[in-house]
Amino acid sequence: MPLDATDGRRRWMSVLAQAAPGDLAGSWSRLPALPAYELLRRPETGLVMVRGRVGGDGAPFNLGEMTVTRCSVRLEAGPCGHAWVQGRRPDHAERAAVLDALMQDPERRQAVAAEIDRLEALTIHRRDEAARKSAATRVEFFTMVRGED
Amino acid sequence: MAMTAAADSGLHPGFADPGLDSQRVFRAVLEAMARPGTIVGLPARAAGPAPLDAATTAILLALADYETPVWLDGAADQPQVAGYLRFHCGCPLTADPKAAAFAVIAAPMGMPPLSAFNLGSDEYPDRSTTVIVQVATLTEGAPWELGGPGIRDGARLAAGGFPPGFRRWVADNHELFPCGVDLVFTCGDALTALPRSTRLEG
Repeated sequence: MPLDATDGRRRWMSVLAQAAPGDLAGSWSRLPALPAYELLRRPETGLVMVRGRVGGDGAPFNLGEMTVTRCSVRLEAGPCGHAWVQGRRPDHAERAAVLDALMQDPERRQAVAAEIDRLEALTIHRRDEAARKSAATRVEFFTMVRGED
Repeated sequence: MAMTAAADSGLHPGFADPGLDSQRVFRAVLEAMARPGTIVGLPARAAGPAPLDAATTAILLALADYETPVWLDGAADQPQVAGYLRFHCGCPLTADPKAAAFAVIAAPMGMPPLSAFNLGSDEYPDRSTTVIVQVATLTEGAPWELGGPGIRDGARLAAGGFPPGFRRWVADNHELFPCGVDLVFTCGDALTALPRSTRLEG
Protein backbone atom coordinates (compact mmCIF):
# COMPACT_ATOMS: atom_id res chain seq x y z
CA MET A 1 0.00 0.00 0.00
CA PRO A 2 1.50 3.38 -0.98
CA LEU A 3 2.20 5.90 1.74
CA ASP A 4 -0.69 8.31 1.05
CA ALA A 5 -3.11 5.35 0.99
CA THR A 6 -1.70 4.28 4.37
CA ASP A 7 -2.27 7.78 5.72
CA GLY A 8 -5.86 7.72 4.50
CA ARG A 9 -6.50 4.37 6.08
CA ARG A 10 -4.86 5.47 9.30
CA ARG A 11 -7.25 8.40 9.44
CA TRP A 12 -10.45 6.42 8.90
CA MET A 13 -9.38 3.64 11.27
CA SER A 14 -8.74 6.28 13.90
CA VAL A 15 -12.12 7.91 13.27
CA LEU A 16 -13.87 4.54 13.51
CA ALA A 17 -12.06 3.60 16.70
CA GLN A 18 -12.74 6.92 18.42
CA ALA A 19 -16.37 7.34 17.34
CA ALA A 20 -18.97 7.07 20.08
CA PRO A 21 -20.55 3.59 19.92
CA GLY A 22 -23.99 5.14 19.41
CA ASP A 23 -22.80 7.25 16.47
CA LEU A 24 -21.19 4.24 14.87
CA ALA A 25 -24.37 2.20 15.30
CA GLY A 26 -26.26 5.04 13.58
CA SER A 27 -23.90 4.99 10.60
CA TRP A 28 -24.13 1.22 10.49
CA SER A 29 -27.91 1.27 10.18
CA ARG A 30 -27.84 4.05 7.55
CA LEU A 31 -25.55 2.17 5.16
CA PRO A 32 -27.41 0.31 2.45
CA ALA A 33 -27.34 -3.50 2.31
CA LEU A 34 -24.03 -4.47 3.88
CA PRO A 35 -22.32 -7.37 2.12
CA ALA A 36 -21.74 -10.71 3.75
CA TYR A 37 -18.50 -11.03 5.65
CA GLU A 38 -16.74 -13.64 7.73
CA LEU A 39 -14.86 -13.17 10.97
CA LEU A 40 -11.15 -13.84 10.60
CA ARG A 41 -10.73 -13.10 14.26
CA ARG A 42 -13.92 -12.63 16.21
CA PRO A 43 -14.02 -9.68 18.62
CA GLU A 44 -11.78 -10.42 21.57
CA THR A 45 -10.89 -8.26 24.53
CA GLY A 46 -7.42 -8.01 25.97
CA LEU A 47 -4.82 -5.66 27.35
CA VAL A 48 -2.19 -3.65 25.55
CA MET A 49 0.68 -1.84 27.17
CA VAL A 50 0.62 1.86 26.41
CA ARG A 51 4.11 3.28 26.17
CA GLY A 52 4.92 6.88 26.84
CA ARG A 53 7.86 9.18 26.33
CA VAL A 54 8.70 12.32 28.26
CA GLY A 55 9.23 14.86 25.52
CA GLY A 56 10.39 14.08 22.00
CA ASP A 57 13.76 12.73 23.06
CA GLY A 58 12.85 11.20 26.42
CA ALA A 59 13.33 7.54 27.19
CA PRO A 60 10.25 5.43 26.56
CA PHE A 61 8.47 4.03 29.60
CA ASN A 62 5.42 1.88 30.23
CA LEU A 63 2.55 4.21 31.04
CA GLY A 64 0.09 1.47 31.87
CA GLU A 65 -2.19 -1.14 30.39
CA MET A 66 -5.45 -0.38 28.69
CA THR A 67 -8.32 -2.61 27.71
CA VAL A 68 -8.85 -2.98 23.99
CA THR A 69 -11.13 -5.06 21.80
CA ARG A 70 -9.86 -6.15 18.43
CA CYS A 71 -11.59 -7.75 15.49
CA SER A 72 -10.71 -8.71 11.92
CA VAL A 73 -13.16 -9.49 9.16
CA ARG A 74 -13.02 -10.38 5.51
CA LEU A 75 -15.58 -9.42 2.90
CA GLU A 76 -16.78 -11.92 0.35
CA ALA A 77 -15.10 -9.80 -2.33
CA GLY A 78 -11.71 -10.11 -0.64
CA PRO A 79 -10.69 -7.01 1.35
CA CYS A 80 -9.81 -7.55 5.01
CA GLY A 81 -10.74 -5.03 7.67
CA HIS A 82 -9.13 -4.68 11.08
CA ALA A 83 -10.12 -2.70 14.14
CA TRP A 84 -8.73 -2.08 17.58
CA VAL A 85 -10.98 -0.06 19.85
CA GLN A 86 -10.73 1.03 23.43
CA GLY A 87 -12.62 -0.86 26.13
CA ARG A 88 -14.81 -3.94 26.09
CA ARG A 89 -16.87 -3.21 23.01
CA PRO A 90 -17.20 -6.23 20.74
CA ASP A 91 -20.00 -4.71 18.63
CA HIS A 92 -18.04 -1.53 18.08
CA ALA A 93 -14.91 -3.46 17.08
CA GLU A 94 -16.78 -5.64 14.63
CA ARG A 95 -18.53 -2.71 12.98
CA ALA A 96 -15.34 -0.70 12.76
CA ALA A 97 -13.57 -3.67 11.14
CA VAL A 98 -16.35 -4.13 8.57
CA LEU A 99 -16.34 -0.44 7.70
CA ASP A 100 -12.55 -0.54 7.37
CA ALA A 101 -12.95 -3.37 4.88
CA LEU A 102 -15.70 -1.53 2.99
CA MET A 103 -13.44 1.51 2.64
CA GLN A 104 -11.04 -0.70 0.68
CA ASP A 105 -13.78 -1.80 -1.68
CA PRO A 106 -13.84 0.75 -4.54
CA GLU A 107 -17.55 0.20 -5.22
CA ARG A 108 -18.72 0.92 -1.71
CA ARG A 109 -16.09 3.37 -0.67
CA GLN A 110 -18.06 6.51 -1.51
CA ALA A 111 -21.06 5.75 0.73
CA VAL A 112 -18.84 4.72 3.63
CA ALA A 113 -16.51 7.71 3.24
CA ALA A 114 -19.47 10.05 3.75
CA GLU A 115 -20.26 8.29 7.01
CA ILE A 116 -16.62 8.50 8.08
CA ASP A 117 -16.69 12.27 7.56
CA ARG A 118 -19.91 12.44 9.52
CA LEU A 119 -18.46 10.39 12.38
CA GLU A 120 -15.38 12.57 12.45
CA ALA A 121 -17.49 15.73 12.68
CA LEU A 122 -19.58 14.19 15.47
CA THR A 123 -16.51 13.15 17.42
CA ILE A 124 -14.94 16.60 17.08
CA HIS A 125 -18.23 18.17 18.09
CA ARG A 126 -18.46 16.02 21.23
CA ARG A 127 -14.90 16.78 22.14
CA ASP A 128 -15.40 20.54 21.68
CA GLU A 129 -18.58 20.37 23.72
CA ALA A 130 -16.80 18.67 26.60
CA ALA A 131 -13.91 21.14 26.33
CA ARG A 132 -16.30 24.10 26.35
CA LYS A 133 -18.17 22.80 29.40
CA SER A 134 -15.02 22.24 31.36
CA ALA A 135 -13.53 25.56 30.21
CA ALA A 136 -16.52 27.36 31.73
CA THR A 137 -15.61 26.01 35.15
CA ARG A 138 -11.97 26.98 34.97
CA VAL A 139 -10.51 28.56 38.06
CA GLU A 140 -7.42 30.72 37.76
CA PHE A 141 -4.95 30.38 40.57
CA PHE A 142 -2.64 33.25 41.43
CA THR A 143 0.40 32.98 43.59
CA MET A 144 1.76 36.11 45.13
CA VAL A 145 5.46 36.48 44.63
CA ARG A 146 6.97 36.21 48.05
CA GLY A 147 9.57 38.80 48.78
CA GLU A 148 12.90 37.26 49.60
CA ASP A 149 13.99 40.12 51.87
CA MET B 1 -20.31 -18.64 4.32
CA ALA B 2 -18.49 -20.77 1.80
CA MET B 3 -15.11 -19.50 0.74
CA THR B 4 -12.94 -21.08 -1.88
CA ALA B 5 -9.92 -22.18 0.05
CA ALA B 6 -7.17 -22.90 -2.40
CA ALA B 7 -6.92 -20.25 -5.05
CA ASP B 8 -7.11 -16.90 -3.25
CA SER B 9 -4.28 -15.27 -1.40
CA GLY B 10 -6.36 -13.57 1.31
CA LEU B 11 -6.43 -14.50 4.97
CA HIS B 12 -8.48 -17.42 6.22
CA PRO B 13 -10.37 -17.50 9.51
CA GLY B 14 -9.03 -19.24 12.60
CA PHE B 15 -11.04 -21.25 15.11
CA ALA B 16 -14.67 -20.22 15.60
CA ASP B 17 -14.09 -20.26 19.36
CA PRO B 18 -10.35 -19.73 19.83
CA GLY B 19 -10.22 -20.49 23.56
CA LEU B 20 -12.24 -23.68 23.73
CA ASP B 21 -11.30 -25.02 20.30
CA SER B 22 -7.58 -24.66 21.12
CA GLN B 23 -8.14 -26.61 24.34
CA ARG B 24 -10.04 -29.36 22.51
CA VAL B 25 -7.29 -29.72 19.93
CA PHE B 26 -4.64 -29.66 22.66
CA ARG B 27 -6.48 -32.50 24.38
CA ALA B 28 -6.61 -34.45 21.11
CA VAL B 29 -2.85 -34.06 20.57
CA LEU B 30 -2.24 -35.09 24.18
CA GLU B 31 -4.38 -38.18 23.64
CA ALA B 32 -2.48 -39.06 20.46
CA MET B 33 0.91 -38.59 22.18
CA ALA B 34 -0.16 -40.61 25.23
CA ARG B 35 -1.32 -43.58 23.15
CA PRO B 36 1.09 -43.80 20.22
CA GLY B 37 -0.46 -45.13 17.05
CA THR B 38 -4.03 -44.29 18.06
CA ILE B 39 -5.82 -42.28 15.39
CA VAL B 40 -7.59 -39.31 16.93
CA GLY B 41 -10.30 -37.35 15.16
CA LEU B 42 -10.08 -33.60 15.04
CA PRO B 43 -12.48 -32.04 17.59
CA ALA B 44 -12.43 -28.55 16.06
CA ARG B 45 -11.46 -27.32 12.65
CA ALA B 46 -10.43 -24.16 10.92
CA ALA B 47 -10.21 -23.58 7.20
CA GLY B 48 -6.51 -22.98 6.78
CA PRO B 49 -4.62 -22.11 3.62
CA ALA B 50 -3.45 -24.73 1.15
CA PRO B 51 -1.42 -26.91 1.36
CA LEU B 52 -2.11 -27.34 5.09
CA ASP B 53 -4.57 -30.06 6.10
CA ALA B 54 -7.32 -29.29 8.60
CA ALA B 55 -5.47 -31.26 11.28
CA THR B 56 -2.13 -29.52 10.63
CA THR B 57 -3.82 -26.12 10.72
CA ALA B 58 -5.67 -26.92 13.95
CA ILE B 59 -2.54 -28.20 15.70
CA LEU B 60 -0.62 -25.05 14.79
CA LEU B 61 -3.47 -22.78 15.86
CA ALA B 62 -3.64 -24.58 19.20
CA LEU B 63 0.07 -24.92 19.95
CA ALA B 64 2.10 -22.30 18.08
CA ASP B 65 2.56 -18.87 19.62
CA TYR B 66 5.13 -16.10 19.89
CA GLU B 67 7.51 -18.35 21.84
CA THR B 68 7.61 -21.20 19.32
CA PRO B 69 9.60 -20.71 16.12
CA VAL B 70 8.00 -22.68 13.29
CA TRP B 71 9.90 -24.17 10.38
CA LEU B 72 8.03 -24.81 7.12
CA ASP B 73 9.22 -27.21 4.46
CA GLY B 74 9.48 -26.18 0.82
CA ALA B 75 5.90 -27.17 0.02
CA ALA B 76 4.40 -25.44 3.07
CA ASP B 77 6.50 -22.30 2.78
CA GLN B 78 3.90 -20.28 0.87
CA PRO B 79 3.08 -16.61 1.42
CA GLN B 80 -0.49 -17.41 2.46
CA VAL B 81 0.69 -19.99 5.00
CA ALA B 82 3.24 -17.58 6.44
CA GLY B 83 0.64 -14.80 6.57
CA TYR B 84 -1.91 -17.08 8.22
CA LEU B 85 0.48 -18.25 10.93
CA ARG B 86 1.74 -14.75 11.63
CA PHE B 87 -1.79 -13.40 11.90
CA HIS B 88 -3.41 -16.14 13.99
CA CYS B 89 -0.49 -17.57 15.96
CA GLY B 90 1.95 -14.67 16.03
CA CYS B 91 4.73 -17.23 15.80
CA PRO B 92 8.15 -16.45 14.35
CA LEU B 93 9.01 -18.42 11.21
CA THR B 94 12.52 -19.74 11.02
CA ALA B 95 14.60 -21.01 8.12
CA ASP B 96 16.79 -23.06 10.46
CA PRO B 97 15.27 -26.46 11.37
CA LYS B 98 17.54 -26.64 14.44
CA ALA B 99 15.90 -23.51 15.84
CA ALA B 100 12.32 -24.73 15.36
CA ALA B 101 9.92 -25.71 18.13
CA PHE B 102 7.52 -27.01 15.49
CA ALA B 103 8.29 -28.17 11.98
CA VAL B 104 5.64 -28.57 9.31
CA ILE B 105 6.27 -31.12 6.56
CA ALA B 106 3.68 -30.81 3.79
CA ALA B 107 5.63 -32.94 1.31
CA PRO B 108 7.20 -35.86 3.24
CA MET B 109 8.97 -37.28 0.20
CA GLY B 110 11.34 -34.34 0.16
CA MET B 111 11.77 -33.91 3.90
CA PRO B 112 15.15 -33.59 5.60
CA PRO B 113 16.22 -36.39 7.96
CA LEU B 114 14.89 -36.17 11.53
CA SER B 115 18.41 -35.49 12.77
CA ALA B 116 18.26 -32.12 10.96
CA PHE B 117 15.86 -30.83 13.63
CA ASN B 118 16.52 -29.77 17.18
CA LEU B 119 17.00 -33.02 19.13
CA GLY B 120 17.13 -31.34 22.53
CA SER B 121 20.04 -31.59 24.93
CA ASP B 122 20.65 -33.83 27.94
CA GLU B 123 19.86 -30.85 30.18
CA TYR B 124 16.75 -29.83 28.22
CA PRO B 125 15.40 -32.74 26.18
CA ASP B 126 11.99 -30.99 26.18
CA ARG B 127 13.33 -28.31 23.84
CA SER B 128 13.45 -30.60 20.84
CA THR B 129 11.39 -29.97 17.73
CA THR B 130 7.91 -31.45 17.35
CA VAL B 131 7.68 -32.48 13.72
CA ILE B 132 4.22 -32.40 12.14
CA VAL B 133 4.20 -34.57 9.02
CA GLN B 134 1.29 -34.40 6.63
CA VAL B 135 1.06 -37.92 5.22
CA ALA B 136 -0.94 -39.38 2.35
CA THR B 137 -2.67 -41.96 4.57
CA LEU B 138 -2.85 -42.98 8.23
CA THR B 139 -4.38 -46.39 7.61
CA GLU B 140 -3.22 -47.80 4.31
CA GLY B 141 0.56 -47.73 4.52
CA ALA B 142 2.86 -50.57 5.47
CA PRO B 143 1.99 -51.33 9.12
CA TRP B 144 4.57 -50.80 11.87
CA GLU B 145 4.23 -52.62 15.19
CA LEU B 146 4.82 -50.24 18.07
CA GLY B 147 5.85 -50.77 21.67
CA GLY B 148 6.80 -48.67 24.65
CA PRO B 149 5.13 -46.26 27.08
CA GLY B 150 1.39 -45.83 26.51
CA ILE B 151 1.04 -49.16 24.71
CA ARG B 152 -0.19 -52.13 26.75
CA ASP B 153 -0.50 -55.04 24.33
CA GLY B 154 0.81 -53.66 21.11
CA ALA B 155 -0.19 -50.96 18.70
CA ARG B 156 -0.01 -50.63 14.99
CA LEU B 157 0.57 -47.62 12.81
CA ALA B 158 -0.11 -47.85 9.09
CA ALA B 159 0.73 -44.37 7.90
CA GLY B 160 2.15 -44.14 4.42
CA GLY B 161 3.85 -41.86 1.94
CA PHE B 162 7.24 -41.64 3.65
CA PRO B 163 10.62 -41.11 2.01
CA PRO B 164 12.89 -44.17 1.77
CA GLY B 165 14.78 -44.71 5.01
CA PHE B 166 12.14 -43.01 7.16
CA ARG B 167 11.70 -46.09 9.33
CA ARG B 168 15.46 -46.08 9.98
CA TRP B 169 15.29 -42.38 10.97
CA VAL B 170 12.48 -43.12 13.44
CA ALA B 171 14.41 -46.04 14.95
CA ASP B 172 17.56 -43.92 15.28
CA ASN B 173 15.51 -41.13 16.81
CA HIS B 174 14.23 -43.55 19.49
CA GLU B 175 17.82 -44.55 20.29
CA LEU B 176 18.56 -40.96 21.30
CA PHE B 177 16.01 -41.06 24.15
CA PRO B 178 15.57 -38.90 26.25
CA CYS B 179 16.60 -36.63 23.36
CA GLY B 180 15.03 -36.83 19.92
CA VAL B 181 12.08 -35.31 18.12
CA ASP B 182 8.41 -36.17 18.59
CA LEU B 183 6.39 -36.88 15.47
CA VAL B 184 2.77 -36.05 14.77
CA PHE B 185 1.24 -37.44 11.60
CA THR B 186 -1.75 -35.66 10.13
CA CYS B 187 -4.04 -36.55 7.28
CA GLY B 188 -7.17 -34.55 6.56
CA ASP B 189 -9.19 -34.47 9.80
CA ALA B 190 -7.22 -37.10 11.68
CA LEU B 191 -3.95 -37.24 13.53
CA THR B 192 -1.74 -39.73 15.29
CA ALA B 193 1.56 -39.42 17.07
CA LEU B 194 4.86 -41.22 17.43
CA PRO B 195 6.73 -39.81 20.41
CA ARG B 196 10.46 -40.43 20.81
CA SER B 197 9.75 -42.98 23.54
CA THR B 198 8.01 -45.38 21.14
CA ARG B 199 10.09 -48.22 19.65
CA LEU B 200 9.43 -49.98 16.40
CA GLU B 201 9.02 -53.74 16.92
CA GLY B 202 10.33 -56.33 14.50
